[in-house]
Amino acid sequence: MNWNFIIFSLIKIVIVIGVVQGMVAYAVLAERKVSAWIQDRVGPNRAAPPFAQYIPVVGPFLTRVGFFQPIADGLKFILKEDFTPAGVRKAYFWLAPAIAIIPAMLVVAVIPFGSQLGQQQMVISDLNVGILYTFGIVSLGVYGIVLAGYAANSKYPFLGGIRSSAQMISYEIAMGMSVIPVLLVAGNLNLSRIIGWQAQHGWLVLYAPVSFFIFLTASFAETNRLPFDFPEAEQELVGGYHTEYSSMKFALFFLGEYSNMIASAAMMVTLFFGGWTLPFWGLDQPAATLGAGLAHILIFLVKMLLFMLLFIWVRWMWPRFRYDQLMNLGWQRFVPLALANILVTAVVLWVRS
Amino acid sequence: MIVNRKPLTIWERLYLPAIVGGFKVTARHLFRSLFGGKAVTMEYPEQKWAVPPDYRGAPYLVRDQDGNTKCVSCQLCEFICPPKAIKIIPPGPTGPLADRPNAEKMPLEFEINMLRCIFCGYCQEVCPEEAIFLLKDYSLTGLSRNEMIYNKEKLLALGGVHGGIQKWKHTLEEAKAQEDFPVNV
Repeated sequence: MNWNFIIFSLIKIVIVIGVVQGMVAYAVLAERKVSAWIQDRVGPNRAAPPFAQYIPVVGPFLTRVGFFQPIADGLKFILKEDFTPAGVRKAYFWLAPAIAIIPAMLVVAVIPFGSQLGQQQMVISDLNVGILYTFGIVSLGVYGIVLAGYAANSKYPFLGGIRSSAQMISYEIAMGMSVIPVLLVAGNLNLSRIIGWQAQHGWLVLYAPVSFFIFLTASFAETNRLPFDFPEAEQELVGGYHTEYSSMKFALFFLGEYSNMIASAAMMVTLFFGGWTLPFWGLDQPAATLGAGLAHILIFLVKMLLFMLLFIWVRWMWPRFRYDQLMNLGWQRFVPLALANILVTAVVLWVRS
Repeated sequence: MIVNRKPLTIWERLYLPAIVGGFKVTARHLFRSLFGGKAVTMEYPEQKWAVPPDYRGAPYLVRDQDGNTKCVSCQLCEFICPPKAIKIIPPGPTGPLADRPNAEKMPLEFEINMLRCIFCGYCQEVCPEEAIFLLKDYSLTGLSRNEMIYNKEKLLALGGVHGGIQKWKHTLEEAKAQEDFPVNV
């Protein structure tokens, strides 16, 4: 019983889940503000608790930025009536939101969000098969949506759930195959060692750009974001698979979607953009001091926020794919492209050795 | 008719012009709204819009130029009101007389339930005395349902002065003028 390890792991888990959920709440706010600015309006800028005007310097500014809006949203979700429609399959109805959010939170267990603070590695579990674990867990995320669509016992959620399951399964194949050249080049499945490899040889996006492109597009499809927005296509399916859900269950779906976005962004940063390293200022070595450790965590967060911004920006920029175009893209374009990518990478590596 | 659609080039089939064009347009709007102050949102209640003339706001009772109330309790507005928001209690044969010269009667009590009012303007159209007008108030708030039933004092206070033709004063003057009119008897 290695108490040291258990206690520090528990501390890391609590902190990471707290930070991720906090980021999810503020990702919702960021989405609303960024989408508002793209659409020539301002987002939420009024919600403020009564003490906000007494905060000395930044009180009114925080209100204008909408800083307290997620707190209002959280209160709304807690206090709203949680309604179960008649005729649903109660077991699946209650289970589906939980299954939707749990894989998203499990994925962040293997992602290194820093190098080390003192003696502690900044990763909850440094699995030697990190990427395999990630893809296994992401595949479980399909079940939440399928169950939600099936359990709601109504046309539009059912269609949304079915479309979503087909879409997610098809893009998971492309996503998995697109990561293989990364592994061939880096030679290791352990995420910390991939970051170490990138610190020595340069970012993997330069070695496998096609891989990055396929992974980026597939992660848009996996998290059901536009332009692959079909399961929750608001103009067509009312709410899609989460139409019949209210209050806390809807909040879990919502949080699950944004947690998936955060997990995908973190994976992309780790696999292709060097994780917590920067190629200058000596920041590509594991931290020797506490300040360097914190700097690494900050670098990781900033890179992840840039990807989240890209997710949000893309949603309000491009039209939605039609369903047959989407499946065409997934099966007939990305799978052969990913296979060709693996072949070319393998040949180039063989020729070079 | 057959629309001539040109086949897509290789770049268009890779969606690249659409991608780049999308980035350009949204970036332009993003920077304009965020840093150029060109968001089109009107920040109510700090900025309010200009109420156009003939706007159908809340209905109020008005006084004429001399400060007399105009309503004579004919109850036409009560009968024509579609949601039955107006409730008038007429004075009856034993009730108080009008508080101004040459008016036959005035309402004992006049209530408009602002929560039922649909701001259609029929009461203003039908009133023969030009006593009720839909003025410019659009945001009415109250803390209870009873508070939103406006009685006669409140309606008169909110209505203000809306001078017009004072027909009863003119008929009184004409009637007095007829008394000195020379008649060939």
